[in-house]
Amino acid sequence: MKAQRISAARVPALRTRAVRTGGLSLRLDLRAFTVVVLLLVCALAASVVLIGTGDFPIPAGDVLKTLFGGGDAGQEFIVNELRLPRVLVGLLVGASLGLGGALFQSISRNPLGSPDVLGLSQGSTAGALVMIVLFSGSATAVTLGALVGGLVTGIAIYLLAWKQGVHGYRLVLVGIGVSAVVTAVNGYLLTKADLVDAARAVVWMTGSLNGRDWTQVWPLLALCAVLLPLVLANARGLRMMEMGDDVSYALGVRVERVRLLLMVAAVLLTAAATAAAGPVGFVALTAPQLARRLTRSPGPNLVPSLCMGATLLVTADWVSQRAFGADQLPVGVVTGVLGGVYLLWLLVTERKAGRI
Amino acid sequence: MLVDSPPEQRAETAPAPPTRRAIRVLGLFASVALLVLVALASIAIGAKSLPLGDVWHGLFHDSGTYADVVVGDRISRTVLGLLAGAALGLSGAVLQALTRNPLADPGLLGINAGASAAVVTAITYFGVTSLSGYVWFAFAGAAVVGALVWFLGGSRGATPVRLALAGTAISAALYGYLQAVMIMDDAALSKMRFWTVGSLASATGSTITQVAPFFAVGTVVALLLARPLNAVAMGDDTARALGANLNRTRALAMLSATVLCGAATAACGPIVFVGLMVPHVVRSFTGPDLRWILPYATILSPVLLLGADVLGRLIARPAELQVGIVTAIIGGPVFIHLVRRRRTAQL
Repeated sequence: MKAQRISAARVPALRTRAVRTGGLSLRLDLRAFTVVVLLLVCALAASVVLIGTGDFPIPAGDVLKTLFGGGDAGQEFIVNELRLPRVLVGLLVGASLGLGGALFQSISRNPLGSPDVLGLSQGSTAGALVMIVLFSGSATAVTLGALVGGLVTGIAIYLLAWKQGVHGYRLVLVGIGVSAVVTAVNGYLLTKADLVDAARAVVWMTGSLNGRDWTQVWPLLALCAVLLPLVLANARGLRMMEMGDDVSYALGVRVERVRLLLMVAAVLLTAAATAAAGPVGFVALTAPQLARRLTRSPGPNLVPSLCMGATLLVTADWVSQRAFGADQLPVGVVTGVLGGVYLLWLLVTERKAGRI
Repeated sequence: MLVDSPPEQRAETAPAPPTRRAIRVLGLFASVALLVLVALASIAIGAKSLPLGDVWHGLFHDSGTYADVVVGDRISRTVLGLLAGAALGLSGAVLQALTRNPLADPGLLGINAGASAAVVTAITYFGVTSLSGYVWFAFAGAAVVGALVWFLGGSRGATPVRLALAGTAISAALYGYLQAVMIMDDAALSKMRFWTVGSLASATGSTITQVAPFFAVGTVVALLLARPLNAVAMGDDTARALGANLNRTRALAMLSATVLCGAATAACGPIVFVGLMVPHVVRSFTGPDLRWILPYATILSPVLLLGADVLGRLIARPAELQVGIVTAIIGGPVFIHLVRRRRTAQL
């Protein structure tokens, strides 16, 4: 990070432009802006291809025509009722995980401080497993259970890590402890289940986009619409906080308030995404890291991470459908395997650079 | 270890006065007595209540009655608990000394996860069904992950946080793999979901005879390493100046920890936190001298494991709570307490 800051400082004139319109002015990082635009294009292109993929393949041109209201009745049903909601859930879940991961990694100042490692995903899983195993609950009940489980775990980690403020490493290590306890509870619930429930639970636990419809899209969209402006409004404070608590205090940032606010937002985003699609592994971990490497820009890189998360998840879903056949293996397996390999590479390079 | 380094140097330069040594020896005997008590409780208490007279009968005059069979089952379970508990505690103590890291634990460092992933692979893809078959896979998995964590954690420049993060990252990746296997294969799921929580319930006489040699070798090597590890704990330069063979000590310590932990995982599934907690408790009253820590950990860890097992049988009667779950639920808060202590968190 240090090296990146220095290189950013060396060539400021080439990298940023000030945009001024009327009373407003905005400093624009050109490279980051280009990356965001490219990622959005990639995400949308992957979405169109994904909508066309399945038991009834539809060419990309027809997909676009149908989306804008010009297809025949059969295609319209398949696209608008079956596949569009699934892709939208994928985009929103990926975006939420990317943003939540970027927030957590920035707050804990650690590239491994993502929701998967901190035990939030395990908390959501515990909530969902309680619903599946103990109550044989409906899909809605499972979603609610996952949401509550994630929120409770997030609050528990924050309170346990609190000791005159929340310190980055303490947050990560407390998260690891909480996650071990919750994993044990999950294992117990899984042994209590009969085999049918257990199989359902394991599919849920891997993270899947199969059979998602419009009822999952709207709540997620609403939550993102509320939280995104809130997070971006506080992004300045977060960027200051990466320089250390003392410096940010001196620069006028209310450190603990901003941190609490952003953590709540990150927990909500992660819990909602997990409730909608299950704990899709590693997107929250990898998206911010990839985004940072593409933009080569210091700071939390919130918007690029968000776009990267959406692109990653939709692409991974497409890969899982192409590689294993429709609905054979859930998307979480693909993100898990790719993410695992990436994680090992990250550990090696970060260690060489002395950043972990 | 780093937390306690000042008293450690004192212990090295000035041998403990005779009275303190006498207290420690007495404490060792008291621990053995405690272990015997817990072992007896583990034989006497279970889903089927047996009067003490029947337990006595089963222990000493086995004539094949129903109660005698129950007692026989509980004996093999208790013996496995004794062996596995000692192995986990000892490997935890060795790893903490080797990495000079108070948070080191076979579970936290991902060694258990490595053994699990290897066993799942053996069951699913190679059709291995017997313990004697997959114990080798467990060893291989444990060894590979142990080496990987050591390397990724920064080998000689390893810090507690780096090692914990590397272990967690590898565990997370392997966990994803376990799930993929369980989704694709229902038969593997039905076996693995019980194995992955860690339980003593499947113990039989043949399980014990198969893993006992590994426990024996690992324990002997680990106990013999107490003195060189004491030197390693003082830092590389000091250890070298004191004449310790650093590389040999490290290799043997890693080997014994892997053998102990791999055998325990193969026999009862991944059990976390026993190896973390017990050495800390022991260190609080023996000080940092490994010549005391290792024997105490060997005796007190089975007390914890068997205690947790008995507790699991009592809480959920007539069913039972697997011992891995009980130890994680007790151990998690202890771990968080350690992290919250200021010095440890700053390491």
